[in-house]
Amino acid sequence: MFNKKFLKQYYFMLIPGFIWLALVSIVPMFGIIMAFQNYNPIDGILKSQFVGLENFRYMFQISDTKQVLINTVIIAVGKMIGNLIVPLIFALLLNELCIKKLFRPIQTIVYLPYFISWVILAKIILNIFGYTGPINAFMQHFNLEPVNFFGRPDLFRPLVIGTDIWKGFGYNAVIYLAALLGIDPTLYEAAAVDGAGRFSRLWHITLPGIKTTIALLAILSLGNVLNAGFDQIFNLYNPLVYSTGDVLDTWVYRAGLVELQFSLATAVGLLKSVVSMILIALGYWLADKFAGYKIF
Amino acid sequence: MIENKSLGSKIFDVCNVIVLILISLVCIVPLWYILMVSVSSKEAVNAGLVTFWPVGFNLLSYQKILGETAFLKSFWISLQRVVLGGALGVGCTLLVAYPLSRSNSQFPKRNIFMWILIFCMLFNGGTIPWYMTMRSYHLTDNVWGLVLSGGLPVFNVIMAMNFFRNLPSELEEVAYVDGADPWTSFIKINIPLAKPMIATITLLTIVGHWNDFFQGLVLSTKQSNYPLQTYIQQMVVTQNYSTMTVEQIKEMVQLNNQSLDAAKIFIAMVPILMIYPFLQKYFVKGITLGSVKG
Repeated sequence: MFNKKFLKQYYFMLIPGFIWLALVSIVPMFGIIMAFQNYNPIDGILKSQFVGLENFRYMFQISDTKQVLINTVIIAVGKMIGNLIVPLIFALLLNELCIKKLFRPIQTIVYLPYFISWVILAKIILNIFGYTGPINAFMQHFNLEPVNFFGRPDLFRPLVIGTDIWKGFGYNAVIYLAALLGIDPTLYEAAAVDGAGRFSRLWHITLPGIKTTIALLAILSLGNVLNAGFDQIFNLYNPLVYSTGDVLDTWVYRAGLVELQFSLATAVGLLKSVVSMILIALGYWLADKFAGYKIF
Repeated sequence: MIENKSLGSKIFDVCNVIVLILISLVCIVPLWYILMVSVSSKEAVNAGLVTFWPVGFNLLSYQKILGETAFLKSFWISLQRVVLGGALGVGCTLLVAYPLSRSNSQFPKRNIFMWILIFCMLFNGGTIPWYMTMRSYHLTDNVWGLVLSGGLPVFNVIMAMNFFRNLPSELEEVAYVDGADPWTSFIKINIPLAKPMIATITLLTIVGHWNDFFQGLVLSTKQSNYPLQTYIQQMVVTQNYSTMTVEQIKEMVQLNNQSLDAAKIFIAMVPILMIYPFLQKYFVKGITLGSVKG
């Protein structure tokens, strides 16, 4: 049913949101020009010298960026895998819980870290792993040398991946738990009658029952390959662990807003945005094609 | 289940309960620990004596916070930001989501707006251009900068749109026959039906504003304009660990009042803990709202 007066009202409703979107999301997109300029704040974006792909060429010449890219991909892929598997295992264990009264309290507790900011969690984590924290105090009981956990390049990546999984597994398990609820209970009863044990029921009914969900989550996480998590790393790292912990986003922040190399930082940021966009779009396309998942 | 459980199965059940309780403890103990540090004496904390129970219990840290104007001001800024940002964010989200939830025949240009939204969700100009733009709008050092600089929450818009689309259309059709226009139908029919969804996006928006530290850090030139999370983030002066020995680091840690810092951290968590029961109730819906069934 089409009505001109109605249409006017629809447009009217869109105005505030789209003005906001235009000013904050679309206008900055034009700032991408900086990536192709030798941007100079005095001349501004209109008069700065145009240098073509010079910034991109320079980006690949400095040794920093290569290491930063490696760090980003290792941390991001580690998180993607961990965030897929750990919540799955947790959901399966919770699903097998025999004391049903504990189900809610456990779920309530494990979601909690997800809603707390990385600023706060990082402070707490640094406290716990710090020299005067409980972990080093505990190790002293066994006469072990105190360890500066977040000052060691070799420990930084596992700690970042581990704490990220810790923060999110409760939340990420929700989707699995919803999928587990969707499995037809009569299948389990039939299997029990046939004498199938617990493990074989897990293997032949539960896992096949949620395999679409697992595949869907895996596909949708594709877009995170270059997303190592700025908030977390920015709040946990320090110059001692730059060699293994500095990632694209933190590098862009320092290069752009601390060292004021605007053009170079914009160029690196742009490369990340473009690659991520392609991967996310690919993820959505695959999800639609194979699992019938549509975002709209 | 009708079967008798085998011994192995029973052992698994017991282990499973223990493991799940341990996992839950791992999630809650760090938060508990920071609370314990905040109510313990400074000396006990510095000596590393505090683990799971307060040592030298006192509330001095909380008393001290009441005298710290910088902390209180940051708290106030964050509070303003959450209220203004929540209202504006949810308002704009619903207003954009409703027209876009109409069918192509009702709103022929719908797809153009949809694609603009999707594009903005997938692509962004990056941190530096965003920062330059915000600066050119003079959105630095004020609460409106913090409210507006995040932009329209596109993901919430899509969530809200999917929810509106799945509402039964009969009521609305009857209203249209009675001479109602979209605005009336939006306010009188769709909004009341969408209460759970509105609760979800309100909570997501509030948590997002409360937890953000980056915009506060980049858009404030003065410490006195920091929102709370940025204040907490900048609390311990960033120092160059690489040039310090273990003893020096320990000494530096002693100079900080860890108990006071812990109290500030805990207070910054309190609002989230307060709305947590609501978060729990609505966020499961939030996850599933994001997708359209078949």
